[in-house]
Amino acid sequence: MSEYLMEVKDLKKYFKTRSGMLHAVDGVTFSLRPGETLGVVGESGCGKSTLGRTLVKLLEPTEGQILFEGEDITYARGVQLKRLRTRIQMIFQDPFSSLNPRKTVRESILEPLKLNSALSARQREEQVLELMNTVGLAQRLAHSYPHELDGGRRQRIGIARALALNPAFIVCDEPVSALDVSIQAQILNLMQDVQEDQHLAYLFITHDLSVVRHMANQILVMYLGQMVELTSADVLFERQMHPYTQALLSAIPVPSLEKRRQRIILRGEITSPINPPAGCRFAPRCPYVTERCTAQTPELYEAAPGHFVACHRGGEVG
Amino acid sequence: MTELSMQKRRSSRRREFWLRLCRNKAALIGMVILSVLIITAVFAPIIAPYHYDEQNYQITNQLPSLAHPLGTDNCGRDILSRLIYGSRVSLQIGFIAVGIGAAVGGLLGAVAAFYGKAVDNIIMRCIDIVLAIPSTLLAISISAALGPGLTNAMIAIGIGSAPNYARIVRASVLTVKEQEFVEAARCVGASDAYIILREILPNALSPIIVQATLGVASAILSAAALSFIGLGIQPPSPEWGAMLSAGRVYIRDFWPIVTFPGVAIMITIFALNLFGDGLRDVLDPKLRR
Repeated sequence: MSEYLMEVKDLKKYFKTRSGMLHAVDGVTFSLRPGETLGVVGESGCGKSTLGRTLVKLLEPTEGQILFEGEDITYARGVQLKRLRTRIQMIFQDPFSSLNPRKTVRESILEPLKLNSALSARQREEQVLELMNTVGLAQRLAHSYPHELDGGRRQRIGIARALALNPAFIVCDEPVSALDVSIQAQILNLMQDVQEDQHLAYLFITHDLSVVRHMANQILVMYLGQMVELTSADVLFERQMHPYTQALLSAIPVPSLEKRRQRIILRGEITSPINPPAGCRFAPRCPYVTERCTAQTPELYEAAPGHFVACHRGGEVG
Repeated sequence: MTELSMQKRRSSRRREFWLRLCRNKAALIGMVILSVLIITAVFAPIIAPYHYDEQNYQITNQLPSLAHPLGTDNCGRDILSRLIYGSRVSLQIGFIAVGIGAAVGGLLGAVAAFYGKAVDNIIMRCIDIVLAIPSTLLAISISAALGPGLTNAMIAIGIGSAPNYARIVRASVLTVKEQEFVEAARCVGASDAYIILREILPNALSPIIVQATLGVASAILSAAALSFIGLGIQPPSPEWGAMLSAGRVYIRDFWPIVTFPGVAIMITIFALNLFGDGLRDVLDPKLRR
């Protein structure tokens, strides 16, 4: 078995629409070790969530390969899929709609146990209390309904559900973007604590760059379904090789009076993801665009050790 | 937590359900009327002053009096006694026919909405065909094929009303299934059947309850129509709808014969509507407290 928990090779997910093929995820490649976090950033509609949903097998990939614990799970079905559900879990973005409004906290957390484990009813009840304890939900809330709780508590229920089956890998689809800033930090810390305790690997989808810096070991930047840059978090914040990543990071506000950063403002229209033309998809908005960029699709290459970028001028602009 | 305290929790939830139902005044009134009706039906032989086909041609078409509180009909039978016995058949037809219709239609509608695309198209086009046939006509043909009798009448009426439930359930399942908790359930390994029955349907329940409470009335009336053409309840068995249609000849000359069965049907529907509305509110956790 390889050292990697999950390896994804050239993953593609297209959707058929009336006006043509929508390239939601177009050639994503990465590998993830146990206990690590891969941050996925990009603007709305760039395919982050589709990538996450494909990895937890809510969507069937169009092309490519997903290896999990050395096993090919690209088109897992039936018994294999059922077993995967206990190993790969998901934390959803909106804690207001990701919980069944007619189920109490206890019933919601009990659900994954009831559906999967061979525990006795009594052991399950004990497990629910233990999970509530782990995620910091007071026992008195066991019989409350989701609408009676605030967003932070609801997201804790979501985390407890994901943890219930002792997974090795959790896809976190913008788990804090629907929460108040004051609660975001609590939830992020909780997620880091359980990650350390249970040696979990996260795929952390977000558009909040300060959050991803706090959480991730590696960061994957996506633009219109394609990955444009992949490297460790520390390196990415020091040196960005792709002009899109540069623009993205320049948008982080700097809380300092002396230090001023040149804000890069992108102009131009986003290319449509439906039947996209050849060439770099970022070309229409790129300040460094050349003729080659509109003619030839840039391939992902290792510009520096462990630093992957998909740009014809990657070395120069960084 | 021990087994015992879990048991206590569960029973305390049931008690809370009753408490909330009783706090809802409209639901309480509906429930009381329904209970009275059901008790009447169960103990009909004890409560009724006369037997339902005890005829006396010397006292036909009498107005209400002390001996006959609601008068007598054209055969000299006591209307009150016939109403009391009739409640047995009418309530059965109302509830069971609606049960059949809601179960069959609801399931078809839920499956159509959940799977979408071809499944949806096939099921809903079949339902459109059934919907295009007048439901009374459909019920008549079904019970003609199955033969007369109470059970067959209930099946016929139930199937005749199923398309309405299918459409309603489909519409509300379509909105519920888009919510994220459905995906969340799939993520923890729930099967399609589990998702439809345990996740989606409980959240799509309110319109079904409303339609079902109204449906009881039309079921009773459809049963009357079937009885009228000899395919439903066979005379002299009393049934509210049948009493209505049998008495319609006398509607100008003698009012009690149609008025009282009509009032009985009306009260039942009224009670069911109150109860149904209350039940819908009580089952919605968002309206708790």
